[in-house]
Amino acid sequence: MPRITDVTAYLAQFDDIPGTRVFTAARARSGYHLNQFAMSLMKPANRERFKADERAYLDEWPMTEAQKQGVLDRDYNRLLDLGGNVYFLAKVFSTDGLSFVQAVSTMTGMSVEDYQAMMLAGGRSPEGARSIRENT
Amino acid sequence: MARITAGIGCSHIPVLGFAHDHARTAEPIFKPAFDGFDWTRRWMREEAKPDVVILVYNDHASAFDMKIIPTFAIGCGERYKPADEGFGPRAVPDVEGHPDLAWHIAQSLILDEFDMTIINEMDVDHGLTVPLTMMYGDVDRWPCKVIPLAVNVVTYPPPSGNRCWALGEAVARAVASFPEDLNVQVWGTGGMSHQLQGPRAGLINAPWDNRFLDGLIGESDDLRRIPHVEYLRETGSEGIEMVMWLIMRGALGRRTGVLHRHYHVPVSNTALGHIVLEPLDTQAVPLYPLAASSMSIPDACAAGPDCAEPPDQSASIARVPDALDCQTASAFSRAQAMSPARSGPAGMSSSRWPR
Repeated sequence: MPRITDVTAYLAQFDDIPGTRVFTAARARSGYHLNQFAMSLMKPANRERFKADERAYLDEWPMTEAQKQGVLDRDYNRLLDLGGNVYFLAKVFSTDGLSFVQAVSTMTGMSVEDYQAMMLAGGRSPEGARSIRENT
Repeated sequence: MARITAGIGCSHIPVLGFAHDHARTAEPIFKPAFDGFDWTRRWMREEAKPDVVILVYNDHASAFDMKIIPTFAIGCGERYKPADEGFGPRAVPDVEGHPDLAWHIAQSLILDEFDMTIINEMDVDHGLTVPLTMMYGDVDRWPCKVIPLAVNVVTYPPPSGNRCWALGEAVARAVASFPEDLNVQVWGTGGMSHQLQGPRAGLINAPWDNRFLDGLIGESDDLRRIPHVEYLRETGSEGIEMVMWLIMRGALGRRTGVLHRHYHVPVSNTALGHIVLEPLDTQAVPLYPLAASSMSIPDACAAGPDCAEPPDQSASIARVPDALDCQTASAFSRAQAMSPARSGPAGMSSSRWPR
């Protein structure tokens, strides 16, 4: 197998990784305004306006309704599907006062306590988590 | 003449900056992570004393948003302030640049066909300031000048590991041609295994990480052939940051020795890795000569998959950059091609790159 320079073949590899949304160009495009909205929360004044009326603040951005609802619901897996990137979404959960551990655990279906216990025990094993095809 | 005297690999986990800034490094949850840097802090202070650190890192939606995404960017500014990442800037000193050397490297790299983005002003986030804290501790002023080298590892595709390694080699050539006598280190930061997103978040792969640390030591250049998908499968979506360590490794030349090594799981969501390397072959990997390219590259590639190690010096020059296309496809990929029966999807097994 030669080095992959065919973009389609390169990207196709990533669909086989379980529980993972690789931040591809397609996601970066669809999530552009979602991520730029999140980036705007770096400014304290914007954080205050967002917290005062989340819906009104979101309506200032040309985001899809699904993206806006995902933010209102703090549904981070949904936001990843809709083109969000975790380093940008971090501005949203930081505004909520959540740490990475607290926010990330919400994407795993585990409680924060269970997630922290898993990390302290050495983290999630890659066994059985490498490939969708290999696991089916 | 400026010279690269050492390379350092180090995770840049934000909570370590938090623990340091809030005087909590002695707490049981943080202490084992910090203890592994005691050796390095003493060595940096008493022996290594670099004048300049070329610090390879990635920005985490702090200085760069989605408007502009440079693959490789070099900071040529006078100074950089710690970024406000949502909790206020870290209370650490401003970072002083070294514009003379930075501009020299930027120009040299572009002439060497690495088309860098040049940054004159930006704030620097935990990716850059946490490694400084780990190596120097609590100081009023950073004891070294810093040249930030920012790599896109967020939006796909990031640069290949092979390209990162070759960039490191080019950085070494650039440093070696700077006339001032300077003691320069190159740091590669980020990693090791971690995934911060999705249902698979929390993935840690200590055996793989340690094989990666092993692979940085000695003469092997197998690490440059690891494809992106293997980092993703084996080390989590954010484990891809480890390609930045390969810029550091490439800058150390053909052979390295290890001075210190540290690994600890977990720090927050992440596996902490740290290594201090010294270059043992001071002869810089030679510049790719334009005149030779049109002749030697087709020959090298025509040699097929066995072209990985050209026998003599003149042929080895053709390794950089295009002959790497076939070299990249050599050891790692060939192993898969030859064993279709037991090979799963590309990059699945962690055992396919030699240790």
